[in-house]
Amino acid sequence: MSNTLKTIAVAASVAAAVSAATTTTASAAGKEKCYGVSLAGQNDCAAGPGTTCAGTSTVDYQGNAWTLVDAGTCEGFELPAQADGTPRNGALEEQSRDLPA
Amino acid sequence: MTITQSQFRTAMLDASTDIPKGLLDAQGRDAGRRFNVYRNNVAVSLTDALETGFPVIAKLIGQENFRAIAGVFLRQHPPASPVMMFYGAEFPAFLRNFEPLQHLGYLGDVAKVEMALRHAYHAEDAQAIAPDALAQISPEDLPNIRMSIAPSVQVLSSPWPIYDLWAYNSIEGHPKPQAGAQDMLITRVEFDPLPHLLPSGSVEFIAALRGNATLSEATEQTTKTYADFDLGAVLGLLLTGNAITSITHEDSQ
Amino acid sequence: MFDVTSQFPNLPYMPGVGYKPQHFSEITNNPGSVGWLEIHAENYMGHGGRPLAQLRHLAERFPISVHGVGLSIGGEGALDADHLSRLKHLVEWLKPTVFSEHLAWSTHEGAFFNDLLPLPYTNATLDHVCAHINQVQDTLQRQMMLENPSSYLAFDDSTWCEPEFLREVTKRTGCGLLLDVNNVFVSATNLDYNPRDYITAYPLDQVGEIHLGGHDEDQDDFGKPLLIDSHGREVVDPVWALLDFTLDLCGPRPVLIEWDTDVPEWAILSAEVDRAARALSKVVA
Repeated sequence: MSNTLKTIAVAASVAAAVSAATTTTASAAGKEKCYGVSLAGQNDCAAGPGTTCAGTSTVDYQGNAWTLVDAGTCEGFELPAQADGTPRNGALEEQSRDLPA
Repeated sequence: MTITQSQFRTAMLDASTDIPKGLLDAQGRDAGRRFNVYRNNVAVSLTDALETGFPVIAKLIGQENFRAIAGVFLRQHPPASPVMMFYGAEFPAFLRNFEPLQHLGYLGDVAKVEMALRHAYHAEDAQAIAPDALAQISPEDLPNIRMSIAPSVQVLSSPWPIYDLWAYNSIEGHPKPQAGAQDMLITRVEFDPLPHLLPSGSVEFIAALRGNATLSEATEQTTKTYADFDLGAVLGLLLTGNAITSITHEDSQ
Repeated sequence: MFDVTSQFPNLPYMPGVGYKPQHFSEITNNPGSVGWLEIHAENYMGHGGRPLAQLRHLAERFPISVHGVGLSIGGEGALDADHLSRLKHLVEWLKPTVFSEHLAWSTHEGAFFNDLLPLPYTNATLDHVCAHINQVQDTLQRQMMLENPSSYLAFDDSTWCEPEFLREVTKRTGCGLLLDVNNVFVSATNLDYNPRDYITAYPLDQVGEIHLGGHDEDQDDFGKPLLIDSHGREVVDPVWALLDFTLDLCGPRPVLIEWDTDVPEWAILSAEVDRAARALSKVVA
């Protein structure tokens, strides 16, 4: 591509991006500026864990062996394993295993 | 006798070892389950911390599995720092290598997304350029500008559909993930990290910008590998995400 | 001892509350009896974002107490230099009214256990606790306060009782004390002594702050009560009575409500704060 064409291509992309961005930002700017409330609460977990100076009466059941039990949302879909491309079920296979030393 | 903190630590993290001698109740009897208070405090608080930090992993494998696996992880990798907000940096690699989870190859990459969200949340604040600042630059100068990217911006690349895996477990009604590689961008407008799906080539493009390439250098470099690279789309994401913090070009330096 | 310039040079003799981000709006708009706030130092050691923005906002309106949970003052090894410099950075920009930490250890050989672990009260422990406090006060260029722990067991090699141990620490280092009245109640129940005797023996003239929190009830191997300092419920009546006993002896002090697990909605926490305000209103300075 010649320099002129390159300039035109870049300028066109930038113009499109700026136009899209100014429209979106204008609508977002109406939002109340707020330190306290997270967007729909969905990002609360992004804060991550905090510290504690409190104890717990919850017992940690650390056994010598344990089994994968309840299943999560991964049971609801299948994704092929990337290494060999063979589809595998996403479900947790029940298995027991000794804790590594 | 004096109990060292090493002995205390060993007994605390491994419930199968004996409780150190010399720990007593009020009557001078062995402390017994009183010592378990510390075992529980440490294991439960770190398990809670991991569950707070990796909610999508917990949803994917189920809470009970998650807490059992967290118990193994926290004993191998107790926090290296009292700053708990970044605890779990080794968790992605741990999940990749944890034998009972080998059939869920994507977990490590999804855990990386969750770490990246936390880093975005706690990243340094930076003032973004106004979206129309780019419009003030003459078309001839545009190819030669360099842009700095906000510290909160995170970019992730995976052979797995990481965006859909995250979104399926975070946004109600998001469709189930389908096989395929996905790249992600996390931006932070004000205080809330926002994950986006990145169009192809964008990872290389943003890396080039961060490496101080000009707009045209970064674009050319990316287009070599990704013929379909859409500069307008990625710039739009960066601008709306307050991800660009400065623009410089040769004249202004 | 040290010259600290803060917008709020002292904590008021009012109730304070352990700040939780979910209460930001209520505390900003309708703090009720709350006169000051306490934060955990380690939760404000990120680089930016909402936590620091909130804290800057709150620090303009309330005296702030920075309460560290991760310094491991009682650790056998050296203090974590990186952590101490993070703390110094926080204290320098925030200029909090007070800083406090715990008589406990939490870090050993580079691993942090996210709990307050117990210490034997020996001369050796006294030496390294004092050395660490001196190092912290020299680094921060301010006095710190040290908090009495909740005890679940005792060490057979302890040669000091806790109040005397803490008195000696204040003499050697010039630090102040934070008296957690719930911790006294928990420890006294668990180790079978009279909490009022403990309070009477405590160096009350060094106390710059009082903590109150809720605890859980469990049992040891012999069916004896084993109380756990969970900060997850209301302060129980006998602890409120122990607060009254303490305030009668030492006069009014800043009193904090700690609620760190199963954090309730503001109305419930606010009721605890009001109860602390009533306890304070009964004593004269």
